[in-house]
Amino acid sequence: MANNRMLVGFFIASESIFFLMLILAYVNFHGSVTDGPTAVNSLNPVVTGIFSLFLFASSFTIWLAGKSLRNKNHFMLKVWILATIVLGAVFIFGQGLEWSGLLDKNITISRNVFGTTFFTLTGFHGFHVCVGLIMLSLLLGLALAGDFKGPKSDAVECISLYWHFVDGVWVVVFSVIYLWAFL
Amino acid sequence: MSSRIPLVPENAVPLPSLKANNGLLSWVSSIDHKQIGIMYLIITLIYFLLGGLEALLIRVQLAHPGNDFLTPELYNQLFTMHGTTMIFFVVMPFLIGVGVYLLPLMIGARDMAFPRLNALSFWLFFFGGILLYYSFFTQSGAPDVGWFAYAPLSEKPFSLNKGPTYWALGLLASGIGSVASGLNNVVTILTMRTPGMTMRRIPLFVWMMLVTSLLLVFVIPIITAAFAMMLLDSILGATFFTPAHGGSAILWQHFFWGFGHPEVYILILPAFGIISEVIPVFSRKPIYGYEFVAASTVAIGLLSLGVWAHHMFAVGLGNAANAYFSLASMLIAIPTGVKVLNWVATMWGGRINFATPMLFGTAFIIEFVVGGLTGVAIASVPIDWVVTDSYFIVAHFHYAIFGGSVFAIFAGVYYWFPKFTGRMLSETLGKWHFWLTVIGFNMTFFIQHFLGVMGMPRRTYTYYDMPYWGSMNLISTIGAMILGLSVLIFVWNILVSLRHGRPAGDNPWNAWTLEWATTSPPAVENFELVPPVRGRRPLWDLAHPDMPDEPGAKTV
Repeated sequence: MANNRMLVGFFIASESIFFLMLILAYVNFHGSVTDGPTAVNSLNPVVTGIFSLFLFASSFTIWLAGKSLRNKNHFMLKVWILATIVLGAVFIFGQGLEWSGLLDKNITISRNVFGTTFFTLTGFHGFHVCVGLIMLSLLLGLALAGDFKGPKSDAVECISLYWHFVDGVWVVVFSVIYLWAFL
Repeated sequence: MSSRIPLVPENAVPLPSLKANNGLLSWVSSIDHKQIGIMYLIITLIYFLLGGLEALLIRVQLAHPGNDFLTPELYNQLFTMHGTTMIFFVVMPFLIGVGVYLLPLMIGARDMAFPRLNALSFWLFFFGGILLYYSFFTQSGAPDVGWFAYAPLSEKPFSLNKGPTYWALGLLASGIGSVASGLNNVVTILTMRTPGMTMRRIPLFVWMMLVTSLLLVFVIPIITAAFAMMLLDSILGATFFTPAHGGSAILWQHFFWGFGHPEVYILILPAFGIISEVIPVFSRKPIYGYEFVAASTVAIGLLSLGVWAHHMFAVGLGNAANAYFSLASMLIAIPTGVKVLNWVATMWGGRINFATPMLFGTAFIIEFVVGGLTGVAIASVPIDWVVTDSYFIVAHFHYAIFGGSVFAIFAGVYYWFPKFTGRMLSETLGKWHFWLTVIGFNMTFFIQHFLGVMGMPRRTYTYYDMPYWGSMNLISTIGAMILGLSVLIFVWNILVSLRHGRPAGDNPWNAWTLEWATTSPPAVENFELVPPVRGRRPLWDLAHPDMPDEPGAKTV
């Protein structure tokens, strides 16, 4: 049914506004920190950039998964979903490393307004990635159980749309937090 | 004209039956849009009584100067809970609930596009309300920072109690439910219409719900994000809105009103929809200028997104910002005025039947225009600077939200109660309810314009014995008591009519939209057969095959 894809489309539009507000809050306080940690003096754009590549690559693999289903290639469907999960998990692992590194240096959500906006924005994004990983795992389980006959499946298409969205949000977040600070 | 086309395809998921004696479980577990709609209406009625009781306590406290009927702490909690309750747990869920009940019927569908999501929306609203009201039972009491919870008052260290946290959590939960409702409505309206029901033929109530639902989808996430930030501030010690730690209190105002102003259109657009259904039926004429009513709604929806800072003129945003927001706000008067003219033109030359729904519908136009005119006045920066945070503002938004939305809600209840229950509400009690509401409402709030201009600040716990202030406040309090009496009559009318009301039949008002084509109350599957839709008034076309609205129109 077209219903499901339309629902996800509007849901993503709604979520975009949510992230827009978090980004606006970050932008609003950018440059207002006079002492203490800021993006420039506490973040490592290269490491996060490398981990970001894993997330960007996962958008490609979920697209390949959908393509495999359209070609009724059920084996490759499972392979590409699994690849997407692995790539997403590597990205989340990278986020965890970055967070724990910052917390070790006593840079927290309550330290100053950079910490507040940085942890809120990356935290809500990471939360959305985790939700996506759970949904992808369910998808993988259903695929292993032979649920998707192809060539079309709303479940695969909707979750793939959501995953592209999570990926797209990270393009903006990465640009605003890292590229803006270091370019 | 006997050719009837079959029902839209059955839902893939089997739905629970509405058979009698299924007990409470059949309601709690229901995913039927009619049952969920009825549950919305019952819960909002309970919150309406609670919010009304809070208002009466406020008015008793203000009845004469220097009164100490309530403690200042309780007074602050009461006006906060009154505003929050009436906006988020009465008007908004009522309109969503009546929409959930009527949308599928009006477009000839079996149910909403996503019945389970529909149930999720309701229960998020339900538990959000309980979370908010639970705060009364905590040691620190209910939220006491006003319905817009300005920072830094709502933040540590000014609010050491947990009230604002309950406030944000409860509204966060019910807000997510509202987004889900909005999504569900939009997809339902766009994809579930019966053949022939084009977007140019859907009832105007459906048009209004479409625009409202889009606003819900795009505007609620603004406040969801702001609630998340507020909760992070209060629970994890973040510093979004605390100026002492580098945050910005003004940012909260921008975020709150970025949501808050479109929110008032979420409260009024479905009310416009109710009025656009009631006035044509009781004037025995088709709506005048259907396209203009629909298009002006879209215009209002778009304009509402760009006017939020007119709530913030007192902040001092600079002349350029003030000029823009003032002008943009005044622009909204144009599409709103278009609607008022359309309703009046519909009544013009009609055979008007002043049954109770039409009484409320007509009074709606008058009361809402008063609120609209004061709205244009305070969109002007110098006037706003004089009357901001005074009782003039209280009078203004009560004319818009009570005189507007609530009058339309009463019109809608009297109009659709026969469809919901199969019985008519008593006209005698309805007329008592109507006249006491009109008298009580205007007595309570009209005089507050003058109190505001004389300088009485809103939310004040009490006041000095200034000339006339005591007597004017007493008049307002007596008006509120009359209003309270009118609500009791309304509730009595519902209770009595549920048991002893005159049986309604399918179409007691001789109306023309599809919900009246089925039984009252509708069967589980809504329609046995959906009548053919060849115009905007399918039941008129059915009854008058020799003079249809759109001669020569094909069914599909």
